[in-house]
Amino acid sequence: MTRAQHDLPNFALRLEIEELYTEYAHVLDNGELEQWPEFFTDDCLYQIVSRENRERGLPLALMRCESKAMLTDRVVTIRQTQMFGPRALRHLVSSLRIAPATAEGVDVQANYAVLQTLVDDETRILSAGRYIDTLVRDGDALKFKSRTCVYDTVIVPNSLIYPL
Amino acid sequence: MESVVHNPHRWPPEGLGRVPYWVYTDPEVYALEQTRIFSGPYWNYVALEAEIPKSGDFVRSHVGERPVIVVRDKSGALNVMLNRCAHRGVQFCRANWGNTRSFTCPYHQWTYDLKGNLTGVPFRRGVNGNGGMPEDFDPSQNGLTRLQVAARHGVIFASFDSAAPPLEEYLGPAMLPYFDRVFDGRELRVLGYSRQRIQANWKLMFENIKDPYHASLLHVFLVTFGLFRADQPSAVKMDSSGMHCVLTSSKGEQQLNATTKEMKNFRADFKLNDPRLLDPVREFPGADTVVMQTLWPNIIIQQQSNTLAMRHLVPRGPELFDLMWTFFGYANDTPEMTQRRLRQANLMGPAGLVSIDDGEVMEFSQQGVRQRPGGAGMLEMGGRGTADQDHMVTEAAIRAFYKHYREVMEL
Repeated sequence: MTRAQHDLPNFALRLEIEELYTEYAHVLDNGELEQWPEFFTDDCLYQIVSRENRERGLPLALMRCESKAMLTDRVVTIRQTQMFGPRALRHLVSSLRIAPATAEGVDVQANYAVLQTLVDDETRILSAGRYIDTLVRDGDALKFKSRTCVYDTVIVPNSLIYPL
Repeated sequence: MESVVHNPHRWPPEGLGRVPYWVYTDPEVYALEQTRIFSGPYWNYVALEAEIPKSGDFVRSHVGERPVIVVRDKSGALNVMLNRCAHRGVQFCRANWGNTRSFTCPYHQWTYDLKGNLTGVPFRRGVNGNGGMPEDFDPSQNGLTRLQVAARHGVIFASFDSAAPPLEEYLGPAMLPYFDRVFDGRELRVLGYSRQRIQANWKLMFENIKDPYHASLLHVFLVTFGLFRADQPSAVKMDSSGMHCVLTSSKGEQQLNATTKEMKNFRADFKLNDPRLLDPVREFPGADTVVMQTLWPNIIIQQQSNTLAMRHLVPRGPELFDLMWTFFGYANDTPEMTQRRLRQANLMGPAGLVSIDDGEVMEFSQQGVRQRPGGAGMLEMGGRGTADQDHMVTEAAIRAFYKHYREVMEL
């Protein structure tokens, strides 16, 4: 068996994961916020954590959603209760590191940068950091059982409205 | 004192009912604030003792825009020093936190102990008989600039001015009980930090927390869930000077009534899919479920339901400030209570379901007030005075703040 043949299942998995991350970014960048919870399992954990808190072993998150229902609540509040200026977002995701799949799922890490453009302003980096994820298979699809966004941009440029 | 500001502007003749927009933009006013307010005889919040429990523990912090180090020395005493080498002015401490036996400036390796005394100057006696510091160089006269320090129930304050009164006297009898309500002597536990940079003048943040009028209108999340709303029992109280203030209220229900009908954003039908997000339990004595305390000149103490935080203001120029959030609970909290505080932290901070509105509107304010020629904002809600009020439909605390501000700044 050649090395390429040996790795074929891994290549297929990598392609599937890259497709998932591409769709995730597409949904957020195109304002399809209502679709965002669908990337997660019902019992998921989604967190945005500063690199500082993580290094200091402190549990506080900027956003902390402990279920898919809580993700939906975040979406509804963004749509219905929060006041903020209009903006465009662009997710750049790269450098996927995929750990060997286990019965528990697949651990993946990736770098991200999110560019934000406000009315009357230049495009700026809203947040840069890395995703630390665990994916599980849910029916035909891979879903996030957990996604932790660890951001280097410790001083947030004012508000972080939308999830990363 | 002679007036340092030779400003063509004059405070509008309406007095307390107006705030001229140049207070948010003028570089001379800003420079004078750094001298008179942040270096004046007032107590500036710098850190919580829980951040530096052991000897040698330190954190970086700020007094006004000036960087300081807060450190616990070998004896357990708290020290606050300017983060600026006595030699050439280098901001030598770069780590936000850590534990150390001494501080060494990287440039020429001048070394200081944990009280800020200069303990080492390389080549002080020269090399092979050449160079070195003059004979009369006295290390004891060349330590770090030390600030006055005061602490109460785990909260550390500092002042550049030795004329600052005792902390308890400074807070005064009207504010001290509210301070002690959250800081009752129990050991604190830091849950984490959030930091945000807001392109607005620092005073807009203080005004925001002294302004209960906006809360019922801007913050749809707060009003919908009855966390802070004009039809609920509430009060605005100041100290005798007007520089400190508390807004208090007690939680109401999500119901349509004569008041909520007037709030066009009220959502009678909005329900959370996961109610754990907002599952407050009563933990403080008395009827109040929210107490927001603003202490001159740089700290907001937030108690909204079970989310507790220090919001530390760091001015970065006339039109920029950093808001440093330190979320905390108590060392004896149950795991369930810690979890609750972490969930409710979703309401606050740079991504807060409530506080996002404030960060955004402060930048909108700055963009409005920076245009020339300037104008003035109106502050006449609830009358034109500065007395305590037992409702939310008032701007009295902002008027009281500027009454004190004008005295200090001689404007």
